[in-house]
Amino acid sequence: MQKVQFPEPIVCDAPNDMAKKESVFSNVKYMVVGIMFGIVFVKAEIISWFRIQEMFRLQSFHMYGVIGSAVVVGMLSVFLIKKFNIKTLSGETVQFHPKKFNRGQIFGGLMFGLGWAITGACPGPLFAQIGSGYVVVIATLLSAIAGTWTYGLLRDKLPH
Amino acid sequence: MDFLELIRQPWPWYVAGPLIGLTVPTLLLIGNKSFGISSSLRHICAACIPADITFFKYDWKKEIWNLVFVFGIFIGGILATNFLANPNDLVLSPDTMADLKALGIKDFAGLMPADLFEASNLFTLKGFIFFIVGGFMVGFGTRWAGGCTSGHAIMGLSTLQWPSLIATCCFMIGGFTMTHLILPYIFNLF
Repeated sequence: MQKVQFPEPIVCDAPNDMAKKESVFSNVKYMVVGIMFGIVFVKAEIISWFRIQEMFRLQSFHMYGVIGSAVVVGMLSVFLIKKFNIKTLSGETVQFHPKKFNRGQIFGGLMFGLGWAITGACPGPLFAQIGSGYVVVIATLLSAIAGTWTYGLLRDKLPH
Repeated sequence: MDFLELIRQPWPWYVAGPLIGLTVPTLLLIGNKSFGISSSLRHICAACIPADITFFKYDWKKEIWNLVFVFGIFIGGILATNFLANPNDLVLSPDTMADLKALGIKDFAGLMPADLFEASNLFTLKGFIFFIVGGFMVGFGTRWAGGCTSGHAIMGLSTLQWPSLIATCCFMIGGFTMTHLILPYIFNLF
């Protein structure tokens, strides 16, 4: 396999683009958003292994409705932010990062899909499942961390 | 029906989906943060076990918001389950129920099948496949793909990134393949 150089000015796929330094306390707001998000995950049963099975068996519209309407709302919000140049709370311009295509999106995407249908969870719901009392999912989370670590270790040898 | 009783019911997609979609502008506007959850796994590696791997040598403290965010998801899970739990059983599509019964799932009461997610399964072959192998593929695959359902399917598609569309299609192809072609063999093992 050919080796790919990663020019990668951004270090992260979900980066923090805030220029101003934030205090430790200001992180509370991300916790609040996380809590709301976790509640939605549980209440809409997105964290349910059964709902993921329904989705992959095309036997319910629920998950497609959730993801589809989330994308539409997200798209509309991004459009409005760009169109009216809406600034962040601290007055900064909102940063967007064009994603570059690489073959990792195919291979990694397929691998994640296979794992998603087994565990019934993408990374977000893992945390909510543990919170919901499915203690054994801690093993899944630790294994997911180990998977991420192994990817980091092997990254240069993998096709991208 | 009072309000608390109403929100204890399972939330329909047209409530949950838009709320999830609103996370995108919320994170952008409160702190210029791009929505993405699988990155948290990378930050945990960078913080705890960087082991001199280039991929984990970066300033993870700058991204600590992401760890706080997933900690919030965990707390949200606790709150929703303890205070807003649906008093009734999960309503599952009868077709899915029939399919899963044929595979050997017997318990349909909670959000997760006890047949699989019972803690006593942890050190069995079942546990190895459903927790260890599955989790590993989720962690490895999402990072290889550069994101998960949140970073690619929601944030990526919201910003009209075609690589995210490819990634999302691959997530689905992987899921369909596992569900229809591989899971029947896995369930045959037990």
